[in-house]
Amino acid sequence: MERLDYRAKVRGTAVYVADMQMPGLCHGKILRSSIPHGRVTRVDATGALGVRGVIAALTRDDLMTDRGIDPFYGPVFKDQSIVAVDKVRHVGDPVAAVAALDLDAAEEALERIVVEYEELPAAFDVGDALEPGAPLVHEKVRRSPGGFADLAGVDPIEGTNICTHYKLRYGDVEQGFRESERIFEATYALPTTQHAALEAHGCIAAVEAGGRIVVWSATQNPFVVRTQLANIFKVPVSRVRVAAPYLGGGYGSKVYPKLEPLAVALALKARRPVRILLTRDEVFLTITKHAATIRVKTGVKNDGTLVARQCEMLLDTGAYAEIGPRVAMKSGMTAAGPYRIPHVKVDALAVYTNKPPAGAFRGFGVSQSAWAIESQMDEIARALGIDPLEMRLKNAYEEGSEFVTGERLTSIGLKSCLERAAAAIGWADRAPQATAGGKRRGKGIACLIKGTITPSVSAAALRLSEDGSITLFTGTVEMGQGSETLLASIAATELGIPLERVHVVAGDTDVVPYDLTTSSSRSTFHMGKAVQLAARDLCRQLGNIVAEEYGVPAAEVRFSQGKVRFAETTLEYHEVLFKRYGMPGGTIIGQGEVRTQTLVAPGKKMASVFWFVGAGAVEVEVNPDTGQLKIVNYAAAVDVGKAINPQGCRQQLTGAAITGMGQALYEELAFDDGRPVNANLIDYILPSLGDMPGAMEAITVEVPHGQGPFGAKGIGETALIPVAPAIANAVQDAVGVRIKELPLTAEKVFFALQRARKKA
Amino acid sequence: MKHSVTLRVNGREHRLELEARTTLLEVVREYLGLTGAKAGCDLQVCGACTVLLNGKPASACSALAVDADGAEVLTIEGLGDGAALHPLQEAFMECGALQCGYCTPGFILAAKFLLEVCPHPTEEEMRRYLGGNLCRCGCYMEIREAVKKAAGL
Repeated sequence: MERLDYRAKVRGTAVYVADMQMPGLCHGKILRSSIPHGRVTRVDATGALGVRGVIAALTRDDLMTDRGIDPFYGPVFKDQSIVAVDKVRHVGDPVAAVAALDLDAAEEALERIVVEYEELPAAFDVGDALEPGAPLVHEKVRRSPGGFADLAGVDPIEGTNICTHYKLRYGDVEQGFRESERIFEATYALPTTQHAALEAHGCIAAVEAGGRIVVWSATQNPFVVRTQLANIFKVPVSRVRVAAPYLGGGYGSKVYPKLEPLAVALALKARRPVRILLTRDEVFLTITKHAATIRVKTGVKNDGTLVARQCEMLLDTGAYAEIGPRVAMKSGMTAAGPYRIPHVKVDALAVYTNKPPAGAFRGFGVSQSAWAIESQMDEIARALGIDPLEMRLKNAYEEGSEFVTGERLTSIGLKSCLERAAAAIGWADRAPQATAGGKRRGKGIACLIKGTITPSVSAAALRLSEDGSITLFTGTVEMGQGSETLLASIAATELGIPLERVHVVAGDTDVVPYDLTTSSSRSTFHMGKAVQLAARDLCRQLGNIVAEEYGVPAAEVRFSQGKVRFAETTLEYHEVLFKRYGMPGGTIIGQGEVRTQTLVAPGKKMASVFWFVGAGAVEVEVNPDTGQLKIVNYAAAVDVGKAINPQGCRQQLTGAAITGMGQALYEELAFDDGRPVNANLIDYILPSLGDMPGAMEAITVEVPHGQGPFGAKGIGETALIPVAPAIANAVQDAVGVRIKELPLTAEKVFFALQRARKKA
Repeated sequence: MKHSVTLRVNGREHRLELEARTTLLEVVREYLGLTGAKAGCDLQVCGACTVLLNGKPASACSALAVDADGAEVLTIEGLGDGAALHPLQEAFMECGALQCGYCTPGFILAAKFLLEVCPHPTEEEMRRYLGGNLCRCGCYMEIREAVKKAAGL
């Protein structure tokens, strides 16, 4: 099937927020803090207003004097403000903004704004931030009202920089360590990285004459943004419209409010629609992926059975909580890895520092924990003389295994993923081999488990028009993952009509029913199911109409090949609707809703309505003289439940794995005393076509889930997570050195080899 | 101070009065409404702004319109013929060589140039000519397939 968005995208006519025009549109630019931490003692924008072409300037004075605005917001804690009110907390923190007729005038105006700071000592990393007497990033933190159900009871520790401390206790680790025959301890680390979606963040905000707020934004969750804007500007939710066009990539960087509150405030001041488009360096200052240090202590039996595991994860959440608390919680919950371990203790801390905020990133904290766990699994296997694949298979979760929350896991194709990924790279033929030119080859494997936001809500509506064509209303945002086509195809299949007759209206809160978010790889399962239910509702209503109009039992009415059928009769849709309405018109709407609680037994608590499991296997070639490595072959195997669109599944598997390779080998957002050093795409290195391995295999394992549409679960994030540890394991296999800190650069391998030679 | 600049864009001549610092990207997007070319990095590294300038790939974000006075410019909108698509556009769709689509116009134009210079490109030639276009969705494997398909390989 041809994807519905493809034709426009290859022609260059697909509309993204930067392409949108509107009468009266003017340009917004943001003045950002140049220091990592300080009190804002003075902001004076008078000079800016003297620049020709400038329409308005926004400072904290506008926010603090206007009773109609609560400038504080955030998905979990209200620790962010539209512009800095008392302090700036990171380099890049917004301090003021201007709206002007053109960008040049806006930029000149920014230079005329006077800002004075009383610079404060800063906490540049987690170590600084946790020192007793460390500078506090936030003196006091407020909860956001009506917060997410899964985050109740997650609070910052006042008087410290600890934003969240998630604790998991399962069994008794001390007893487990006593029962163990060997104990292994190690620390692993990953730096701050960035999503680097090719489309930078952008937003158009307009305030209509009656006070209604209209926002077009590159956002993954328009409904959450709508709620936050309603809270900030103190208007009913129905008087806020947030609409998302196609996104040029998201990967978690475009969830929760980013530019929208500021754009709306500026549009209010300017009394004109304002468009703010970030430059590339600003994107690096807006949202990042959590840097982490993970300490793991594992107790095992000599035969490789896992007995006890203790993890301490320190996540650098930057200056604002954003969704950091959930990252700590979700990654903490699966931190011990996809294994049956009787005793588990996890402490996952999200810690405030004076750096740009960290938030959701494809994998949501699990790539951090998997980096540690899957690296250590291999170190343990080697020490015990056990094949790393065998050790994983021996301990892996299976159907019915008890999870660390006490619930039973179902629909878990983990072993199949491991076996198939391993087979794809010829795991059985592992033998140390030097290739021509002295390079060494090695193979590595890694696996994972991750959950999805639970509980959550998705609703869809299908409107039938008189000619039998369908409009599908969904809050799911098309950001490249193919949701538009996938959901349309589910509707078409259920309704028995050709895909061409389905038009999708997506991501506009004025029009579509509620959807929590396009993230957490949840849309196929939740929205796909909602679409199925909406289709069935529509068919039920149509069946009743046909029954009434033609005097046949509703149960005998069928919809297939684009027509309405009963007994020996075949009718066109327009005939049925004309008979019903007496004209070529009328509206029939089918609705479907998925609330997680409806999918489980009443009162049953569960951490995730379904689980993502998968594995990655890699063959690398290492040059022992330079430390450079090349990926020869990579296989990603993910249990998707049902591969509804096989080409789409392949895209998600290889696409996520390629980003995983970037994270493993090249990517690092470096800071020097809180100042990003490489916030551009020359010095922040992304994988290019030239870096591709010779072959990549995408394997979909299908263990169906009873509640998913056609048994499907989810796919978007899973294949990213095992890449880095699989590569590190392959490097150890090839040249015998263990790299514990990402990115896995040639320098690190080179110096590790040097050290190993010196020891020998 | 404004300069008079003549550009032949997608076969049509335009005469514009422009400040010297106006980039080719601003001209095609803001003046001519051709928004297929995208701003990605501001530093001519990512390839999202690729246009063909006198037949060769250029990063429009870093090319001054005044320097392109009298030049032929091809943007993605100039590819294909009315409803008909260029073979590369067809191949990209068939092979699933795009997801979010932001890098796609730039990639297709870069690939067009590649196939003009190397009608049967080797892996090495593909790496050299297409290595300057970034795709964060990770469609590189499919893009390689699409280019080979369009080349008849």
